[in-house]
Amino acid sequence: MNPVNYLYLAALLFAIGATGVLIRRNAIVVFMCIELMLNACNLALVAFSRMHGNLDGQIIAFFTMVVAAAEVVVGLAIIVSLFRSRHSASVDDASLMKL
Amino acid sequence: MTQLAAYTTSTGEALQFWVLGTVAVIGALCTVFMKKAVHSALCLAGTMIILAVFYLANGAYFLGIVQIVVYTGAIMMLFLFVVMLVGVTAADSLRETIKGQRWLAALCGLGFAVLLVGGIGNASLKEFNGLGQANSAGNVQGLAELLFTKYVFAFELTGALLITAAVGAMVLTHRERTERARTQRELSEQRVREGKHLPPLPAPGVYARHNAVDIAGLLPDGTPSELTVNKTLRSRGQIRDVSTEALNDLKALEQRAEDRLERPRPEEASK
Amino acid sequence: MENLIALLVAAPLLGAAVLLCGGRRLDRTGHWIGTVLAAVSFVVGAVLFVDMLGKGPEERTLTQHLFSWIPVEGFQADVAFQLDQLSMTFVLLITGVGSLIHLYSIGYMEHDERRRRFFGYLNLFLAAMLLLVLADNYLLLYVGWEGVGLASYLLIGFWQHKPSAATAAKKAFLVNRVGDMGLSIAIMLMFTTFGTFAFGPVLESTDKTSEGMLTAIALMLLLAACGKSAQVPLQSWLGDAMEGPTPVSALIHAATMVTAGVYLITRSGAIFNGAPDAQLAVVVVGAVTLLFGAIVGCAKDDIKKALAGSTMSQIGYMILAAGLGPVGYAFAIMHLVTHGFFKAGLFLGAGSVMHGMNDEVDMRKYGGLRKYMPVTFVTFGLGYLAIIGLPPFSGFWSKDKIIEAAFAQQSDLRSWIFGGVALLGAGITAYYMTRVMILTFFGEKRWQPAPDPDTAPSVEPGIEVHPGEMPHPHEAPKSMTIPMIVLAFGSVFAGAVFGIGERFVHWLEPVTSFEHPHPVVGVPVITTATIVVLLLGVGLAYLQYGRRPVPVVAPRGSLLTRAARRDLLQDDFNHVVLVRGGEHLTRSLVYLDHSLVDGVVNGTAASVGGLSGRLRRLQNGYARSYAVSMFGGAALLVAATLLMRAV
Repeated sequence: MNPVNYLYLAALLFAIGATGVLIRRNAIVVFMCIELMLNACNLALVAFSRMHGNLDGQIIAFFTMVVAAAEVVVGLAIIVSLFRSRHSASVDDASLMKL
Repeated sequence: MTQLAAYTTSTGEALQFWVLGTVAVIGALCTVFMKKAVHSALCLAGTMIILAVFYLANGAYFLGIVQIVVYTGAIMMLFLFVVMLVGVTAADSLRETIKGQRWLAALCGLGFAVLLVGGIGNASLKEFNGLGQANSAGNVQGLAELLFTKYVFAFELTGALLITAAVGAMVLTHRERTERARTQRELSEQRVREGKHLPPLPAPGVYARHNAVDIAGLLPDGTPSELTVNKTLRSRGQIRDVSTEALNDLKALEQRAEDRLERPRPEEASK
Repeated sequence: MENLIALLVAAPLLGAAVLLCGGRRLDRTGHWIGTVLAAVSFVVGAVLFVDMLGKGPEERTLTQHLFSWIPVEGFQADVAFQLDQLSMTFVLLITGVGSLIHLYSIGYMEHDERRRRFFGYLNLFLAAMLLLVLADNYLLLYVGWEGVGLASYLLIGFWQHKPSAATAAKKAFLVNRVGDMGLSIAIMLMFTTFGTFAFGPVLESTDKTSEGMLTAIALMLLLAACGKSAQVPLQSWLGDAMEGPTPVSALIHAATMVTAGVYLITRSGAIFNGAPDAQLAVVVVGAVTLLFGAIVGCAKDDIKKALAGSTMSQIGYMILAAGLGPVGYAFAIMHLVTHGFFKAGLFLGAGSVMHGMNDEVDMRKYGGLRKYMPVTFVTFGLGYLAIIGLPPFSGFWSKDKIIEAAFAQQSDLRSWIFGGVALLGAGITAYYMTRVMILTFFGEKRWQPAPDPDTAPSVEPGIEVHPGEMPHPHEAPKSMTIPMIVLAFGSVFAGAVFGIGERFVHWLEPVTSFEHPHPVVGVPVITTATIVVLLLGVGLAYLQYGRRPVPVVAPRGSLLTRAARRDLLQDDFNHVVLVRGGEHLTRSLVYLDHSLVDGVVNGTAASVGGLSGRLRRLQNGYARSYAVSMFGGAALLVAATLLMRAV
């Protein structure tokens, strides 16, 4: 098997995650889909690392994980406070951006 | 042969890829399409574990373990906590409200996937090196060497980022109390002054199978009383309405009991 | 000697500045300051005149360059004065008559609390008028031209609390604007044609210029002259200008400012000489105005308005003469000077009569005043004899020459037409002036009680008028009679002094050039005809007004009389043609602006607005929609990248 297949898998997962972001209204699920996209990227990075025979890809993936962790912390805090004020976790309810 | 080795992996790994890859894609799809958030979270956790296995298979031992510990162990659990706060059982309607959004999303996702796959297919390497040499001193040691030399500055910055995120989360969720909390005495005095609900709130309805707090207690005429259910559940709309169900159950029970006792039905008796 | 020229302008200008900025502390002395400074100007002018007489005829021109006003490459405008025989004539007339009228105004305006301001305006007028006649280029002349317009406006509207005076001032200003526009266009044309507007270079290079351009410039100058000198078709303001105080009417609207048009045409003689078509236009304008003013003068019962019609008519004579070319320039100026004397005298006399009659202006309410105001009667009578052109009074010497010149043109037809008009004008002049004379000084008393000042807004303020009181005609104070006497001397002798031996013509000849007219009939015949015609006019007036009692209320009169009372319908004409036409033009322009211009602009705005409204729907506020755009954009970027790599 060619390890490029890992990249194809990563692309597929990324597209699925992106579609999820676009169609789901529950902010928590949207967030999960974003995590899925990040993980897809990580998989691609790890596969690249193996192909190129150096560890830089893994380092980048590691940093991605750290950033994702920070993002989750803040994002979930936002969801909680949003729910607290609106009693809803739907992203469509926060539609005050329109006129 | 060496040429071939540069292109392929072992058969075992291939088998593992195809099996687990399929499962991962299914898990991802379930994440997107499950109605309940808690199901989505569980499916995502499964996908992440499979990804951890793939990391390990790709020679990223440290990342594989970190994936399991941090992602599956910490982040997904955080998600579950929030899901619990927001409402475990609340199911989303999957009906689309924005016109054309679903089609556009599907088009974008599909188009993106096709583009990426096509792009990767075009750009695929002629050969691949494997991590044998890079991992010769151990994967963790290799990573640590890079992290504390070449990427030390970025590493320090991520530390700052994490601190900031922690502070930010606290700031976002913290609510400053602007006035003194009222004592129990003051609360009872207020109740007397307002003249409603002098006694404690009524207990939730408890009936046979259902002794949970999400069942409204029934008033003498059989209608449920909203007051008996916790305020949070009420606002989430998670009250389980058993009034008709309970009455039907009651009727059925009476029916069965009378059948067993072979009593005549009231209307038959009147005949 | 030439350094004194600036002093001529500076003295009255200083007076105007001091009087207008000085404030109330000058109320007691202001009129004397103004009069003395006017007299200073006259004395300086006299000194320069004596100096000029001592030189040869060709060396008499003096120039004084004060400073470079607008020094731009290719555009040189200087503040420089030129004093030649023509300017000298005007300087003496302006400062002389001006000083006399200053003196007269001291008595006439005695009771007016704004007398200081009045003298400030008078001095301002003198300064502007002197600037006009002393300028050595058209641009500086234009400054003076506008300056006298401003002074005229201020003085016509001096009693601005009277709505009629305020309106008259505005009317004069507006009508003058039309003429001023002609002058400014003429100056622009001069600049494009000659590259300069100094008199010398412009007037010397006219032979090298095309006749078409000269005609255009000349017609624009004629328009300017029409505006300033109240010639048809811009004549309508002069009658209303009589709302101003009488000394103003005498100085500005009889003797000096209204003759500025004659000065302009005479000064620009070289241009007109090169444009025969324009000269014909000038002659026509002069002839038409001559009759127009005379007819209006016959019908007016208001003494000042009758005199205003007469002024218009006499200036028509001057314009007619000026349009004849070198044959007539000198006679035009000569008539201008003699007219300056007798018309100023007549106006001052009229002012004196009004002064004695509680400011009554209707001649039908005078009558028999000769016993009560002997000095006024004599001076007014001498002015009358001068204006009708009876020999040997001054009007004869100048008017007769103009009639002679009018009979001496290129074609016989033109000679007979314009000569006939001039002759007829002389007869009508005699008629209406005799009428004024008889109505005012002869016949029985037709005095009426003084009008109620509340209902009669034309009463001049500051003069004690008791409603219902009969007037007590009395002779005016010395300060008013002295100028009248001096001007009466001028009316009697000026013509003879100028005319005998053609002194005046030779004096002006270096500036205006001169040709002897050759009339179609002999000079003695014309002179005799003129005298006969004027005697006929006098006799007719006597028959009509001297033999029969004059009704106090004017009879209805013939159609022509009624039209003449309304200034021959000039205002109706202006209203119908210009005002209505302007209104319609404006309305259609407004409509066009609303429908077409605004339509385009608003349509653009509406379409952009509508498009924005539709585009706004894209902004539905849903984060997911924005995410779709972002993701779609990212997909496009990837596609573009792949495409570029594939290429």
